[in-house]
Amino acid sequence: MLQILNEKGDVKKDLEPKLSKGDLKKLYSFMVTTRVADTKALKLQRQGRMGTFAQSLGHEACQVGSAYALETNDWTVPYFRDLGTYVTLGFPLKYWYLYWMGNEEGMHIPKEFNLFTITVPVGSQLPQAVGLGLAANLKKDRIGILSTFSDEATSTGDFHEALNFAGVYRTPNVFLCYNNQYAISMPRSKQTASKTIAQKATAYGFDGVLVDGNDVLAMYVATQEALNKAKNGDGPTLIEAYTYRRANHTTSDDASKYRPAEEVEAWEKKDPIDRFRIYLKTKGLWNESFEKQVQKDAEEQVEKEVRDAEATPSPPIEDLFSHTYSDIPQKLKEQMDELKAGLNEDDQ
Amino acid sequence: MNGNMVQALNQALEQEMLRDDRVVILGEDVGVDGGVFRVTEGLLQTFGDERVIDTPLAESGIIGAAIGMAVYGLRPIAEIQFMGFVFPGFNQIVSHAARLRNRSRGRFTVPIVIRMPYGAGVKALELHSESTEALFCHIPGLKVVVPSSPFDAKGLLVASIRSGDPVIFLEPKKLYRAGRQDVPDDDYEIPLGTAKVVREGEGLTIICWGAMVPQAQEAAEAVEEKGIFPEIIDLRTLSPLDHETIIQSVQHTGRALIVHEAPKTCGLGAEIAAQINEKALLNLEAPILRITGQDIVVPLPKSENYYYPSPARIVRGIKKTMEF
Repeated sequence: MLQILNEKGDVKKDLEPKLSKGDLKKLYSFMVTTRVADTKALKLQRQGRMGTFAQSLGHEACQVGSAYALETNDWTVPYFRDLGTYVTLGFPLKYWYLYWMGNEEGMHIPKEFNLFTITVPVGSQLPQAVGLGLAANLKKDRIGILSTFSDEATSTGDFHEALNFAGVYRTPNVFLCYNNQYAISMPRSKQTASKTIAQKATAYGFDGVLVDGNDVLAMYVATQEALNKAKNGDGPTLIEAYTYRRANHTTSDDASKYRPAEEVEAWEKKDPIDRFRIYLKTKGLWNESFEKQVQKDAEEQVEKEVRDAEATPSPPIEDLFSHTYSDIPQKLKEQMDELKAGLNEDDQ
Repeated sequence: MNGNMVQALNQALEQEMLRDDRVVILGEDVGVDGGVFRVTEGLLQTFGDERVIDTPLAESGIIGAAIGMAVYGLRPIAEIQFMGFVFPGFNQIVSHAARLRNRSRGRFTVPIVIRMPYGAGVKALELHSESTEALFCHIPGLKVVVPSSPFDAKGLLVASIRSGDPVIFLEPKKLYRAGRQDVPDDDYEIPLGTAKVVREGEGLTIICWGAMVPQAQEAAEAVEEKGIFPEIIDLRTLSPLDHETIIQSVQHTGRALIVHEAPKTCGLGAEIAAQINEKALLNLEAPILRITGQDIVVPLPKSENYYYPSPARIVRGIKKTMEF
């Protein structure tokens, strides 16, 4: 398993990436912002201000470290637990909150982001990620495509079809599996009898890499190498980020029903942010005032995004009917008119 | 060109690929083999294997990849070898192709065409004869197109490729080589969503599509001697339906008979009948009748005729409607 920072924050000097002080501070700040935004979302959900969502607690290093390796022209094909990826890409979190608040405006993806939509059917985004790769190859675009998923996605047929296609056509895909040990209640051991998820790549004819998913430096290094390989025409890579889903599956789940508290506590000790803080401190990049500033900036950013989200009205009725087809067919016009006429009647 | 439907489709594909380098084809055996029905014959030689892609045998992979390619700016045409094999890719169609426009508020569109031969009447194997168009018509975001002649096949395929929406393009394999027709070599489109009155008549409207169009025409000719002259509408696009042409015709004739080879229950005939009820009930002089496939699995070839709506069954339906 590729590990650069161990649980105590000790670094393997020979593997340490050449990142500037600014980069290292940014990695820290993105992880903290992710946790602050995630915690805020949980509060909003508990207060009835947001719907069910999938928490990212514990995934900060694998999300932030991987996304930090992306360049502007690269594509990201996320899954439904990827808040740190959005934070790192600089995606306006307002839309992320709006989506989970149930407001259709939240499905908006600004043009400057090569970011796919949130996918709910597990694994089904992977063939699409390969399609992006096929198209990029055809257009001779030198880009990489990062697609993320969790361990349960590797049980789906689409995982197999996607990786098989990617191997055959040597598409510039990086398949990043957050192996977080659980699919709702199902432990990883019941998803696959494979010793590792990374080893599955061998069957598709390309490399698989097992990485400590709580080590932001290892995640950055592994993803950057895989993206470079993709851009050099050397084909796809499967990365297994070994981590743990510390929160419930979603806010509607109760994980205490199927796993012991000691297991969760053991993983709290491997916290990705704590370990990176120690590393920064050792390098002389962290002190109390830096910590306060990072927390304050994160909280201010998150509060602003939430305020903006809550101030965003639901889309008008016309909007609901206007994104189904490239035009609005007669049948939809009729249904929309009937709905509007009915609402007007109710008002009177 | 004077040619059959396969040749017309092939010409449409070739011309669109020449006209627009975003158009690519992917599917099983579409390259070297030219497709099992030869619809893509010769295209690999002309356009190379980056634009005519022989894929592994995996329908979800084919359709999923086509979606990704479309999002990246291409105009992929995916071939599914037989309609009965589309179901492994159904999730990609229903959960993604049909929804991405909405899920991204218009940022990502999926201008793909998913071509597939459909229908019975050619003595094929199990799962090679389905006609499950209603499943697709039920899904918001998809357009569903079915030609019944070489001329329409070309014009509808061109329009489908140029459409901004995912199009399920159903090719009646019974008609692939059923007849030849003059097909203009020029580029032309038949707008999606427009039905065609293929036979003008009085007293009864027969609504049908695809391989049922010639069956209905034969039935209509058979009842002429009894002084019955049905009007026939070939829908050509099943979603969105051309309500206007259907309603105008039924208002004019006062009777409607719907013919489809799909099973009766929840077939598209039910939707058409409901539309006529909503918009032309007072014009009706008889109940709307459906002549359809049976609510059974399409039988193997020796029993296929019991399933398939024959001209004789359509004639009985015509008489029943007229004698009500």
